[in-house]
Amino acid sequence: MRRIINRRPGRGGVLFWGLLPFAAACAVYAVASAMRLAANPNDKLLPPLSALGEAIARVAFSPDARTGDYLLWVDTAASLQRLGLGLGVSLLIALVLGIAIGLIPYVRAGLAPFVAILSMIPPMAVLPVLFIVFGLDELSKVVLIVFGVVPFLIRDLAGRVGEIPREQLIKAQTLGASSWQIVVRVVLPQMVPRLVDALRLSLGPAWLFLISAEAIAATEGLGYRIFLVRRYMAMDVILPYVAWITLLAFVSDYLLRRFNSRFFPWMQAGKGPS
Amino acid sequence: MSHVSVRGVWKEYPNQVVLERVNLEIPSGEFCALVGPSGCGKTTFLRMLLGEESPSRGSILLDGEPLVAEPGPERGVVFQRYSVFPHLTALQNVVIGREFASSRFLARLFGAQRREAEEEAKSILATVGLGAHLNKYPAELSGGMQQRLAIAQALIRKPKILLLDEPFGALDSGTKAQMYELLLRLWAEEKMTVFMVTHDLKEGFTLATRVLAFDKVRLDPTDPGAYGATITYNLPLDEKKARMAQAEAAAAEAVPAS
Repeated sequence: MRRIINRRPGRGGVLFWGLLPFAAACAVYAVASAMRLAANPNDKLLPPLSALGEAIARVAFSPDARTGDYLLWVDTAASLQRLGLGLGVSLLIALVLGIAIGLIPYVRAGLAPFVAILSMIPPMAVLPVLFIVFGLDELSKVVLIVFGVVPFLIRDLAGRVGEIPREQLIKAQTLGASSWQIVVRVVLPQMVPRLVDALRLSLGPAWLFLISAEAIAATEGLGYRIFLVRRYMAMDVILPYVAWITLLAFVSDYLLRRFNSRFFPWMQAGKGPS
Repeated sequence: MSHVSVRGVWKEYPNQVVLERVNLEIPSGEFCALVGPSGCGKTTFLRMLLGEESPSRGSILLDGEPLVAEPGPERGVVFQRYSVFPHLTALQNVVIGREFASSRFLARLFGAQRREAEEEAKSILATVGLGAHLNKYPAELSGGMQQRLAIAQALIRKPKILLLDEPFGALDSGTKAQMYELLLRLWAEEKMTVFMVTHDLKEGFTLATRVLAFDKVRLDPTDPGAYGATITYNLPLDEKKARMAQAEAAAAEAVPAS
């Protein structure tokens, strides 16, 4: 008998073991739902899969009775726009400040302690301040995402810049590079894939801040909808929305990973087939 | 020309003297090996030649001019590791030296200029034996090939001085022998002054025309940092130089004859 650490599943095995927890979760849900419905046909807590399907058809494929909008798509567009704006602005700020702090001793001396303190402020605690200062519209939601994500991105990137071996920076100087040339040809190209990796880690917090802000003040958006229908205990809408948000997050993470391996082949070079 | 003068150089850190009273005159075109036990300041001396650190006292002159206090294109360098850019292919790693020189803002060349720089880089890569690996990333090259690439990269700016910090320390002995031959050939062709730090005495004597041994001459047992190291032996290997000149002359005669 070989040790268990040396036994590996084959290709089909990987698929099977990967799908198993999903199948198990679905089965547990179906059984629990059936049991509750047997006891009380009007139970709203665990609606049957058919009710979930009807709810999806209602919010995604038929116009809303009051507004005439297709709710799911309107909510998705609103949320993704806020998320995209917030993360885009965060990336730009992090790229500029992260590289400057990591590479230029004077900027590091001036800004590193400030950013370190800033990153300790709980973003949700300043949400009321953001609502007061920026109003209840789009801006405060975008600013919350930026505020929540940027300090982490800056510190991560500055740390990565600091990890660039001293030898590389000296070598560039002996080839006659100016500080600016070192930034554009040596530091920036090596930092973009690292920033994308940091962004992938930030997707979770970014969604958290987005849904929180939408729950408190919004007129459309995925988070807004979930918290709106909560009043009617409409689990049949909440559950598909949660699944949809999860899918969006998963797909964006996947796309970012593909982006890295497509445009930065040197990161995988020499590490064998992956 | 690349005459190096070191005049009364000291290097002190708080509570520690690393180097003291270093005086040196190195004529142009010399191949110097810096040897000595670890922690005796030979790498610190190389860093001062590089401009990465500056002397606490004294001065270093290159052709009579004080050395610029930061690394620059007149001094090429090869470290033991991490000397090449991991995100660029072998060819790009060499071309980038030209791009730094000719394109101030973008540090990129286009069109005819680019093709010219690539041709130059290709011929240098062919000299160091990497002609077949132009489009590989450094991580795909072996240790010896990465060091060849680092040397090729340094050569494109035609430095007056080439500084080597244990360049072959991580290589196996067979690869080392190939690298010695390559390095001596390039040194003869480019007429650079070479400084090489090595902990391998034999390597030093094999390659160099002058061996500089660093060691402490005074030692305070209660305070190891009180005194610094200095150059205890400055051995010109004139015999070898003469032999090399002879060999070169013989080669020069042989060429028109063939």
